[in-house]
Amino acid sequence: MIEVQQLSKSFNGQKVLFDIDHVFEEGKVNLIIGQSGQGKSVLAKCIVGLYEADVGQILFDQRNFTQMDRSERSTIRQEIGMLFQGAALFDSMTVEQNVMFPLQMFTNMTKAEIQVRTDFCLERVNLAGRNKLVPSECSGGMQKRVGIARAIAMNPRYLFCDEPNSGLDPKTSIVIDKLIRDITHEYNMTTVVITHDMNSVMEIGDHILFIHQGKKWWEGNRHSIINASNPEIESFVYASSFMKEIRSQLQKKA
Amino acid sequence: MKILQQIGRYVLMLGVVFARPNRWRFFWKHTLLEIEQIGINSLPIVALMSTFMGAVIALQTASSMESPLLPDYTVGFITQSSTILEFSPTIISLILAGKVGSNIASEIGTMRVTEQIDALEIMGVNSLNFLVLPKITAAFVFFPVLVIFSMALSILGGWLALLVSDLTTTEIYILGVRSFFNPFHITYALSKTLVFGFLIVSISSFFGYYVKGGSIDVGKASTQAVVSSSVAILIANFILTQLMLLS
Repeated sequence: MIEVQQLSKSFNGQKVLFDIDHVFEEGKVNLIIGQSGQGKSVLAKCIVGLYEADVGQILFDQRNFTQMDRSERSTIRQEIGMLFQGAALFDSMTVEQNVMFPLQMFTNMTKAEIQVRTDFCLERVNLAGRNKLVPSECSGGMQKRVGIARAIAMNPRYLFCDEPNSGLDPKTSIVIDKLIRDITHEYNMTTVVITHDMNSVMEIGDHILFIHQGKKWWEGNRHSIINASNPEIESFVYASSFMKEIRSQLQKKA
Repeated sequence: MKILQQIGRYVLMLGVVFARPNRWRFFWKHTLLEIEQIGINSLPIVALMSTFMGAVIALQTASSMESPLLPDYTVGFITQSSTILEFSPTIISLILAGKVGSNIASEIGTMRVTEQIDALEIMGVNSLNFLVLPKITAAFVFFPVLVIFSMALSILGGWLALLVSDLTTTEIYILGVRSFFNPFHITYALSKTLVFGFLIVSISSFFGYYVKGGSIDVGKASTQAVVSSSVAILIANFILTQLMLLS
């Protein structure tokens, strides 16, 4: 469980996050949604410590991350896996080396044990046998899956995914969403996904935080978001013609 | 004001760079790779530059020797002293600032804009230490080798040019090269090289690491890295010469 308490952040005097209070639940896929430029990524980067919050606290299972020094944070970070928007694979390394990297860096596992764990993680994301490819030889979807394999290599307690479906076709997006959901439930992780993709919201949104103008605007799940009466959420959920059509069909049926 | 801020940030960066590596095995492996990338791969350009510069120094000196009072071995002596004192440590370092500096800034800058550095940080890796310390160590180990190599080739280039032009004999040239040889000049040259190597790698890493934006900004950072490390080399050269040769 990750608790965010009274978190605020500004850049060059301009406030982008206002007193965010939220709990990201364990064993669930927690989504942070909202339009572009509303502060979703800033919130996630504050939680993992890539940005320092101006005020507020972040607690990883009651451990106060904001008050930790670099070495203490390093311990927590070894429990965090993160999938970046562009996968952020190390392009000088092969797929296998990317997944092996955290294991070699932070564990005392033998070479054979590392190989077994790497193969397991690659198999888990349906990339068995692709060990020797380099990132430039992988498609966008494959890169994302390698990113997930690397993120879960250390058996993390917390998984962060920054727009995991950006740049992917709808079918591959569903594969990635399903993978994130399955891994979360399988390992009882606290997963935080930043997205503005409504398909993802409906597919995997166990617990949803809607951010608008840097503020916590709404909280719920994939079932309650459909009927949310809030105008900002409504305009977000029913932004596409496809969703509008679905709504009108549902209203007709009702 | 902005320059002072940059210098402060650079000093703080160095504080993070010089930490104990997470894994020594990774550190040594990366250092060897960096020796290859920034050291061994620079050998061809250093060899080419040094040979031709040595040849030109020797020819220009020979062409200016009009006074009969100057001994014949002066050409060899001037080639030796200008090579050891200035050409090999300073000019070669300026060339390396262009080649190695831009390479480092663009490599680290690209890692920054593609979030690879964020990925390292999220894992709990001290990214500055992981990326920059092996490069600095490699420069410390291999830049002196490059400069000694340059000195030898430059003197050789001078000899070849004089031989081809029939301006002096091998014996007289060697006599000149050995005349008034001061071993401290080698110490001075190698000390300068270590400082220059450190400046090139750390300044270039600084500009790469703190780049913001996209590919255009990486290009700008690369240019800034080359310009700033060249200026730093020239200033350090002046200070070190004052400190080591004149005090």
